[in-house]
Amino acid sequence: MEILILQISLFVLAVFLGVELITKVPATLHTPLMSGSNAISGITLVGALLAAGAGDGAGLWVPVLGMIAVTLATINVVGGFLVTNRMLRMFRPRKVSTPTAAKGGVSHESVPG
Amino acid sequence: MNLFLVDGFYLLAAMLFVGGIKGLTRPRTAVRGNQMAAIGMLVAVVVTLLDKSILSYEWILGGVVLGSLIGTVLATRIQMTAMPQMVALLNGFGGGASLCVAAASFLGLAETEGLQGLVALVAICVTLLIGAVTLTGSAVAFAKLQELLPGRPLGFRGIRGFNLLLFVAVLALAGSLISGSGDSGILILLSVLALVLGVTLVMPIGGADMPVVIALLNSYSGLAAAAAGFIMGNSVLVVSGALVGASGIILTRIMCVAMNRSLAGVLFGSMGEAGGPVMDADEVYAGKVKSSSPEEVGMLLESARRVVIVPGFGLAMAQAQHAVRDLADSLERRGIEVIYGLHPVAGRMPGHMNVLLAEAEVAYDKMQPMEEVNALFEQTDVAIVIGANDVTNPMAREDKGSPIYGMPILNVDKARTVVVVKRSLSPGFAGLPNPLFARDNCLMLFGDGKKAIMELTAAVNESI
Repeated sequence: MEILILQISLFVLAVFLGVELITKVPATLHTPLMSGSNAISGITLVGALLAAGAGDGAGLWVPVLGMIAVTLATINVVGGFLVTNRMLRMFRPRKVSTPTAAKGGVSHESVPG
Repeated sequence: MNLFLVDGFYLLAAMLFVGGIKGLTRPRTAVRGNQMAAIGMLVAVVVTLLDKSILSYEWILGGVVLGSLIGTVLATRIQMTAMPQMVALLNGFGGGASLCVAAASFLGLAETEGLQGLVALVAICVTLLIGAVTLTGSAVAFAKLQELLPGRPLGFRGIRGFNLLLFVAVLALAGSLISGSGDSGILILLSVLALVLGVTLVMPIGGADMPVVIALLNSYSGLAAAAAGFIMGNSVLVVSGALVGASGIILTRIMCVAMNRSLAGVLFGSMGEAGGPVMDADEVYAGKVKSSSPEEVGMLLESARRVVIVPGFGLAMAQAQHAVRDLADSLERRGIEVIYGLHPVAGRMPGHMNVLLAEAEVAYDKMQPMEEVNALFEQTDVAIVIGANDVTNPMAREDKGSPIYGMPILNVDKARTVVVVKRSLSPGFAGLPNPLFARDNCLMLFGDGKKAIMELTAAVNESI
């Protein structure tokens, strides 16, 4: 009973913490926030690992379901963090924004050198 | 490893997640924040693998290798325009993983006696339900976004009653599981019904409301993980799941406010929407729409001091981000201030348009959210609207009878001149004519977004 109450308290406090943190995320970063938090929700992987590693004593279905869960959760975690990283790298501050413009592909013939 | 140490490492992982999300509050620290969260995940996984209740590693190895491979390919191949589909897919996988964990836990459950067993059973049912709905709901959202399914609301008469019935049946099955009289047959039936429920819940929601749905499913995937944490009494799952659940709910709220819709309206209202007296497009536009040329707009831009670019998803569809950046560079070389005004629902998910502009190497400090850019329009010489429609419709501000009345919009009509780059006068998602196009200070530049912008850039460059 005590453990349950402790966990419910943890849950409620974490929700409050999440609300506080996430309202501070600027609109610019909402897409990476979604993919990043999605990767975090792949924490189910921990549960999946325990099920997949249950050994022969647990019958066939437990490890099979566990392996499916491990696969799905790993896609979630690896894909989520990688794609978030890819997006966030594009948001890195640039010192000069013009040099890349020179190879922009638009009719630059008329631009005086 | 002893239990104390394991819990200590789980706590460390949870702290890294919190720190990681905190890093995401600023573009400068965001990359590091994401890396921090990834390290947190690594810590949690390694600690779990060292747990002595893990007896065999073959199944784990197979899953991890397969998952990493698929995840890496997805993450590196996906186009930035397809990011909403990607997130929908990942949400679904997260939900699916929780579903499998719950099913495996039920089968592996040693004792169902006493309070411990009761809590585990309740948590298993909750995880099954949320996980299954997230899995198939996300699959439908993915199919709609990928245009495998039509974007319009799908369904049949009485789908809401059907959903209610399904939900009641799921609760009844869950009840029998919890009371201890259920076996694995009931478990399978419960999962199947919940999977069907995910499909029938998302089917009737229209394509325009998909951003809200993705945000909500994002929240569900977190809640499913938290529920799985209750099954196993694992605090790191509870904490991280709660964080993600909160994140998804907040984003859902932001999207609802930006679209002036209630969450209930999005989830249950779209089938029964009655079309009120819709304004006649011909009446709105008759003889008042002025078509312009790139040369004319180019001249207008040359004498401007501040230009605000308002992009919509049409810009991404035309792959015109880079062309727009080139135009902005040309203008900036002439000392003209260029900013991007972004509506919260520009693009197909929260912040999508920002990512697309960042991909075209637009500096993030030039992307301004709606509130800030609305304060600037009165001192703006030219506002260029590309591929956006409903979010600039002044009816939302002025016409009380309009279905979009009250929706926050970008007040582009307050700028001295508005240039709208558009293929035709066709309406946007809301299906309404846009009186903006008939305003005295509005010029239409008809044509393909990318081509029109490139012609405009050429016109600006030629006149130097």
